[in-house]
Amino acid sequence: MHASLPDVDPLIARLADAIAPTLTPDTVIVGIHTGGVWVAERLHALLGCKLPLGTLDISFYRDDFSRIGLHPQVKPSNLPFDLEGRDILLVDDVLHSGRTVRAAMNELFDYGRPASIRLAVLVDRGGRELPIRPDFAGLTLSVSDHQNINLSRLDDGHLTLSLA
Amino acid sequence: MNLQLTEDGRLRHLLTLDGLPRAILTQILDTAESFMDVGEREVKKVPLLRGKSIFNLFFEPSTRTRTTFEIAAKRLSADVVNLNIATSSQTKGEAILDTVDNLAAMHADMFIVRHGQSGAAHFIAHHVAPHISVVNAGDGRHAHPTQGLLDMFTIRRFKGEFHNLTVAIVGDVLHSRVARSQIHALTTLGVPEVRVIGPKTLLPSGVEKMGVRVFHDMEAGLAGCDVVIMLRLQSERMKGARLPSSQEYFKFFGLTPEKLALAKPDAIVMHPGPMNRGVEIASEVADGPQSVILPQVTYGIAVRMAVMAMLAGTTT
Repeated sequence: MHASLPDVDPLIARLADAIAPTLTPDTVIVGIHTGGVWVAERLHALLGCKLPLGTLDISFYRDDFSRIGLHPQVKPSNLPFDLEGRDILLVDDVLHSGRTVRAAMNELFDYGRPASIRLAVLVDRGGRELPIRPDFAGLTLSVSDHQNINLSRLDDGHLTLSLA
Repeated sequence: MNLQLTEDGRLRHLLTLDGLPRAILTQILDTAESFMDVGEREVKKVPLLRGKSIFNLFFEPSTRTRTTFEIAAKRLSADVVNLNIATSSQTKGEAILDTVDNLAAMHADMFIVRHGQSGAAHFIAHHVAPHISVVNAGDGRHAHPTQGLLDMFTIRRFKGEFHNLTVAIVGDVLHSRVARSQIHALTTLGVPEVRVIGPKTLLPSGVEKMGVRVFHDMEAGLAGCDVVIMLRLQSERMKGARLPSSQEYFKFFGLTPEKLALAKPDAIVMHPGPMNRGVEIASEVADGPQSVILPQVTYGIAVRMAVMAMLAGTTT
């Protein structure tokens, strides 16, 4: 199944088109490390956002810390703006259980009280374990639990999706 | 040495920097970097160690180290209990283990141990159950690994890299657990030239074997340095006839603006605290533009958060 996944660039363009009418001057884009940041960078450029891009590493908020410990490569979160009263567009690459988004929202609220949070994902692969749904999805698939969809970035910056 | 690492090479206890692989040191510094912004946010906490109990077990007095461990644990959302255990020189090993057993029965998850005797933290680490980890917060003359790590973090923040640096450690290396931890960390991280500077009576014999260059003349030793680390001179050393007087010491080994001018113009000055102004360091230097002594304290919180988070993630 899904022997070939679609090219990423048209998916991101489609996402940007869907998001554009909903943007407010107060909207900030926040990508979740690592793949979500790549997608967020593209959206940030396509949508011509004036405010800087935010990045979030949710390692300190994961609910599986007590089972698997600290991720060996934690990256700093960087939110170079005041969150108070902002509309946040949270961006991730693949939406699966919803646990990453839960952790990301908890982290965001430790920086301040945003006016709203909306979720944009490149791929919604189903399999949710929490009451979370995307506001924007580039691609919606149904993938069995033992398979993984991965976004990777080549040396030239090109993004590709793979199923394993 | 294996006591510190799990079979798959993750940090299990932090007892000494001696023999810890470079990858682990770098991982601690990188993780600490991610914790730096927690202190700046509206909510200065992350939920990582929620429900964990951390015991600060201080058999020897300390203000800065104990406080920064406490703040670090609280920023990780752990519950912290401070025990300052006045100890007499007759305290026996068994009494320490009784204390540890009692605290373990109260469901301790981690012990932060400061003790006047070298090896105390190792001793406790050997004894505790598999789900408990131990951090050495200073044992005798042996090691003070989190101080060594926060010093490396400070150097990396101000200098960026380790591979092109000349670092001098000045003063009472003989009695300094901090100096030992610094030397191990600096050499492991690839600093090409580590110097120790001090009078013969305050340098351990055979210190060259740790991979350092020895200087008894401070002017020569400071020449061209990127980093100058001053050590605290404990006043009791004066009584043991190792030194004539604190004035005499200051004249030869105190860091003054004149002596600092021999190091590189952008050299940074560090000190683990508490400082003896006018003994090992002049106030003009301690409070001067090249001093990074207060940033060291701030960074100590992030570094201790990193160590505790990594340990808690390994034992659970």
